[in-house]
Amino acid sequence: MKYILMMNANKASWDAYANWSKEDLERNVDFMRAFGKELREAGVFVSTEGLAWPDQAKIVRAGENGEPITDGVFPESKEFLAGYWVIDVESPEQAYQIAARASAAPGPGGKPGGVPIEVRQLLSGFADLGL
Amino acid sequence: MKYILLMSGTKAGVRNYQAWCQTDIDAHMSVLRNLQKELDESGEFVATQGLAIPDEAKIVRGEKDGLPVTDGIFPEAKEFLLGYWIVDVRSPERAHAIAGRISTAPGPQGVPTNMPIEVRQLVTGAQKTS
Amino acid sequence: MPALDIPIEPLLRELAPQVLGPVMRRFREFSLAEDAVQEALMAATVEWPKKGLPENPRGWLIQVASRRMTDYLRSEIARRKRETAVAVEMDQVAPPDPGTESDEDDTLILLFMCCHPALTSSSAIALTLRAVGGLTTAEVAHAFLVPEATMAQRISRAKQSIKNSGIPFQLPTVEDRARRLRAVLHVLYLIFNEGYTSSAGPELRRADLSQEAIRLARLVHDVQPQDAETSGLLALMLLTDARRLARTSPEGELIPLMQQDRALWDRGQIQEGITLLSSTLARGSMGPYQLQAAIAALHDEAARQEETDWPQILALYDLLRRLSDNPMVRLNHAIATAMVRGPRKGLELLDQLTTDSRLADQHRLDAVRAHLLEMAGDRREAVKHYRAAAAKTGSLPERNYLLRQAARLASEP
Repeated sequence: MKYILMMNANKASWDAYANWSKEDLERNVDFMRAFGKELREAGVFVSTEGLAWPDQAKIVRAGENGEPITDGVFPESKEFLAGYWVIDVESPEQAYQIAARASAAPGPGGKPGGVPIEVRQLLSGFADLGL
Repeated sequence: MKYILLMSGTKAGVRNYQAWCQTDIDAHMSVLRNLQKELDESGEFVATQGLAIPDEAKIVRGEKDGLPVTDGIFPEAKEFLLGYWIVDVRSPERAHAIAGRISTAPGPQGVPTNMPIEVRQLVTGAQKTS
Repeated sequence: MPALDIPIEPLLRELAPQVLGPVMRRFREFSLAEDAVQEALMAATVEWPKKGLPENPRGWLIQVASRRMTDYLRSEIARRKRETAVAVEMDQVAPPDPGTESDEDDTLILLFMCCHPALTSSSAIALTLRAVGGLTTAEVAHAFLVPEATMAQRISRAKQSIKNSGIPFQLPTVEDRARRLRAVLHVLYLIFNEGYTSSAGPELRRADLSQEAIRLARLVHDVQPQDAETSGLLALMLLTDARRLARTSPEGELIPLMQQDRALWDRGQIQEGITLLSSTLARGSMGPYQLQAAIAALHDEAARQEETDWPQILALYDLLRRLSDNPMVRLNHAIATAMVRGPRKGLELLDQLTTDSRLADQHRLDAVRAHLLEMAGDRREAVKHYRAAAAKTGSLPERNYLLRQAARLASEP
């Protein structure tokens, strides 16, 4: 079963991250790298992505004449996706365990961040309704 | 340049979608299928995924005594991710144009859904799946 | 140079277990031997088109794999400080029982190892497809939509589990045989299901998984034609797979059995399944796979859906519930009941299910309930349950199907 583990943050959190010390940043990057390695060694890794800073984010809607309308203005409270992992595991419980690991990623001063990780099942291409 | 195109919605929005009539659903699917075909042919397609509706979704925070702390609340008004596309394109404008196509996909009575699609650049390299 | 006019891939897949068996015996080791055979298969893929098919393809592969094994072991010995460590490891694989030297037994032993109950389903499936099926890691990875490196790691860990549990390279004891065989059949059934239930369209390779499962089931059947459940499983696969082309529309939409265009069913394969099943049933045995095959046969035999022998199907589901009571069987039993005794009776059975269904099956419960409510003429409730099922399912084709049913019903005057 494939799950996506998502790390979301609002603008304030993003800006705070930009002000982390060099050690804090390196420690966090090291953790992420080690975490990815764990996933690969466990044979559950499918993919991972980091998303660029939300000040470059655009919302696109269909325009009147086929030209897309882009807008870069967002409310302060809006949550932006910072990154995600897609994993292939045997059970939802296994997905939550792995998400808990991701959530322990170190923040300022090396303390476990306790970042909330959203765990969602991915839609598969299977169909077995038995009808 | 790799971009991710994010489509989000609310529970109310999903309930709305579920109430569409058959021809509207088919028309919507057809437009997305054609877009998929185009992106396959142009080589711009990298990946797409749909997410299951979050009735059983969980938010996991930290770890107390080795057990994940979970919280399954998704308030009515909260936006959640429905699905995404990852494309490999020459310019941000092209990514916006593709997002515009998704947003143009028709809804009830053929009127474009005009769903907002968030376009973000990827900082890691997404691999093509095939 | 003789041109290679036969396709190599199917030949290599057939030979894979026949090569792994002897190499395992010679070196008394499984994990490295399986890697060595993989490398030999790859070498063949490169060399045979250029140099032509060897006179003895199997011998060629055994020779190349053995050479790789010797290389591996030499570097193992060179790496280790104490040679005794290597010797001890070699002895962890028990010497082969001299009474079972046949090739067929080797394949069976391999299957028993790869499908050992100690392994998770996904590990067993991956390992079986590579070691016994002869698929490449990339092919297995592609079939399950994970990166190649992940699949390689999964298989590597599966082999480590086998090593750690000290599973011997020999047939299971007579007492254990039935249980171990059930594990093998279960893995093959899962592989078949993965291939069969995936949506058609660009992922045509996934459909090959069903073919692969059938091929492996034939292998097992050839080796022990007297085993009724093996025959039953093969028959079930043939009878189910026969319907594949009718299962999805050109747009990839799901078409349920009762609405399929039966002209698209493979009659030859249906006949093969029925013949196999008949010979099995004639022996007087009965097991879950045979029962499921018998049900599939009843569906496949009906020229039109109106001619389906539902009373007989219901009787078989009654039997199946006693042998193998799980939510999916109960759901199908409820549908059959509805077809024979009316939708209200079917719905009553579903009410008994509500409390004990696993979460994972909840959407199916809603879907079947919707279907029966529609039969009963309760349109509004049916729409509600189709939509509830659509919201709960983890499958995109299912979701689309369920939403379309809801939409259809909601718009009827």
